[in-house]
Amino acid sequence: MSHKNIKTISNPKLKLEILTKEDVQKIHDATLQIIEKVGVRFPSKRALDIWAANGAEVDYEKKIVRVKPQVIEDALKKCPPAYKLAARDPQQDLQLDGNHVNLGTDGCGVEVIDINTGEKRTSCLQDVRDIARIADATEEVAFHWVPVSAQDTPVEARGLHELKAVWENSTKHVQTESIYNVEEAKAAIEMAAAIVGGKDKLRERPVLSLMQCTAPPLGHDGGSLDAALLAAEVGIPTGFMTMAACATTGPTTMAGNLAVGNAEVIAGTALLQLAFPGAPVFYAAAQTASDLRTGAYTGGGPEDFLFGAATNVLADFYNIPLSMGAFATGAKEPNWQAGLEGAMSSFMASVVMSDMLLGCGFLHGSRIWSFAEMMMDCEIFSIVHKMMEGILVNDETLALDVIAAVGPGSHYLAQKHTRKHMRELFMPKFMDRRPYSEWETKKDDARDWALARARKTLKEHQPDPLDENISKEFDRIIKSVEK
Amino acid sequence: MSEELFKQMAQSIIDGDSDLSVELAKKAIEINMHPLEAITKGFVVGVNYIGDQFGAGEAFLPELVMAGEAMKAAVATLEPELLKLGSARETMGRVVLATVEGDIHEIGKTLVGTMLSASGFEVTDLGVDQPADKIIGKALEIDAHIIGMSALLTTTMVRQREVIEELDKEGLRPRIKVMVGGAPITRDWFQKIKADGYSEDAVGAVKIAKELVGKADQ
Repeated sequence: MSHKNIKTISNPKLKLEILTKEDVQKIHDATLQIIEKVGVRFPSKRALDIWAANGAEVDYEKKIVRVKPQVIEDALKKCPPAYKLAARDPQQDLQLDGNHVNLGTDGCGVEVIDINTGEKRTSCLQDVRDIARIADATEEVAFHWVPVSAQDTPVEARGLHELKAVWENSTKHVQTESIYNVEEAKAAIEMAAAIVGGKDKLRERPVLSLMQCTAPPLGHDGGSLDAALLAAEVGIPTGFMTMAACATTGPTTMAGNLAVGNAEVIAGTALLQLAFPGAPVFYAAAQTASDLRTGAYTGGGPEDFLFGAATNVLADFYNIPLSMGAFATGAKEPNWQAGLEGAMSSFMASVVMSDMLLGCGFLHGSRIWSFAEMMMDCEIFSIVHKMMEGILVNDETLALDVIAAVGPGSHYLAQKHTRKHMRELFMPKFMDRRPYSEWETKKDDARDWALARARKTLKEHQPDPLDENISKEFDRIIKSVEK
Repeated sequence: MSEELFKQMAQSIIDGDSDLSVELAKKAIEINMHPLEAITKGFVVGVNYIGDQFGAGEAFLPELVMAGEAMKAAVATLEPELLKLGSARETMGRVVLATVEGDIHEIGKTLVGTMLSASGFEVTDLGVDQPADKIIGKALEIDAHIIGMSALLTTTMVRQREVIEELDKEGLRPRIKVMVGGAPITRDWFQKIKADGYSEDAVGAVKIAKELVGKADQ
């Protein structure tokens, strides 16, 4: 299918085998054993009641459930294997079908490198608007997360202000990771319903999806569970993301860390299926290693890259779409480390065809938004996109006629074949391929060009406006939540 | 005899072996060794060694945490004996730790608690989802020098400010110092809410806590 102004990876020519069938089965068996014997914490009355009604062993005091493997496996079989994420503009709907890698903006940061001054400061609502607008115009970005926290809005309705800001500045799909309580979830569903003309239309056109973080090891957040249940009930795609980290919130060994994260995600996913069979769900993950010096989230490094590829094998095993954390970097500014981590993580998650790839734009472990980083991450995605096309071998591409015509010596520049195919070669926006002397006079680089591009886009791009009546309806909904 | 025991005590901490450190603490009681002597000449030597190794980049956080837990276990074993003798271990200061109301994330906070304990602070960890009055109430109850608050969400970190405002209203500062931390906590936020201390990791938190109680050089 073709998208308006969206570039996705599809029909991949590259393959990677990271886990064997036996490996996956072992991780799955270990996961079921964890859920049955150790249990997973579900601090929500509603969730615990659902588990109890389905024969799980529920400890209401500790809020821990232990579930027989059969219950989990049967529930997971009800997950739809493919569905679409609808967009405000139907031409920008996204397929989660295992054959598309869709890039999103990352979230949810707390600081921004100001697009004009270059100073780092606390994030605000206007940043959410600006980022959404640039993402709307950027073909690599297929959908939005709430990129940064609108810290100048009231906390009880912040997630709603953020949604409004994105929808008013973009026609692409919105996935929020910033709504994790019942009141805001209800309101967010109302807002999505306002766009598609009724709550009953959300199942067909889910213009909103919800991502909830688990609380590793082996736990969930109560508000997140209740919000996820509300969303699943109306057919809004919902996923649980584990960020289990080797040596702190998960075992140091990678296989064990995968099992712990998997237990959190599939137990949460099974809960949604027990409550609402057939509800669209996705697997989400951004596992990492911890820094051995500080215990901090690393947001990059070889373990993260391996997790990026391995997790999709697990999601495939359960036959549900995956949203994979990539591009995260611990770098403090757009530099060698940021480029390396962005490239490796996005390649590893893409080569296995993660359905959703999060996301472009961040520095310092998903805390600091950089507009330059956003643009350069998008270029990395474009490079991966090009690589995933692989090498086409046929008579035309072997070009024997042209080779004979040119012969030994001479050159290919003046060949029609060259002109015909030259645009298949990758043209970078931000790579420096200039003569040395030209660089020497300017001493500028990718970061300058990326920032300039972001500024230009922000200045020039006018998104298709949201219907004024819908905006007014948003205001009414938000007001009803504000204290 | 004692020298050998002191060495074993230090080694049990270095190895992060809580079972052994407790066993050695019991042995000290059996042979009527003064508990303070066991702590200062035995166990603390191990803590200091690991701390130095960590500073030199030779030891890693898990080793530091295990040493801290082995130390805590040994001290807990010796504490009743200390009380009997009417003497108390001199602490660096009393700290109340909590994750703020509405937030259930506590791994970082717990880690800070372990590190502070290992460094000689008396730590009362209230756990997660703690409202301002509970935190302040506990601080008054134990006459705390420091309140340490953690938050992982941008929507809950505002609670840190509420606690500080409440403390100010009650006139409890600067008597009680306030430390804040958590993934979304930035230097800007720390300055904006006028907290007294802020660190991005647990090892840094110990340094800040020492400064706040005027013992930066210990």
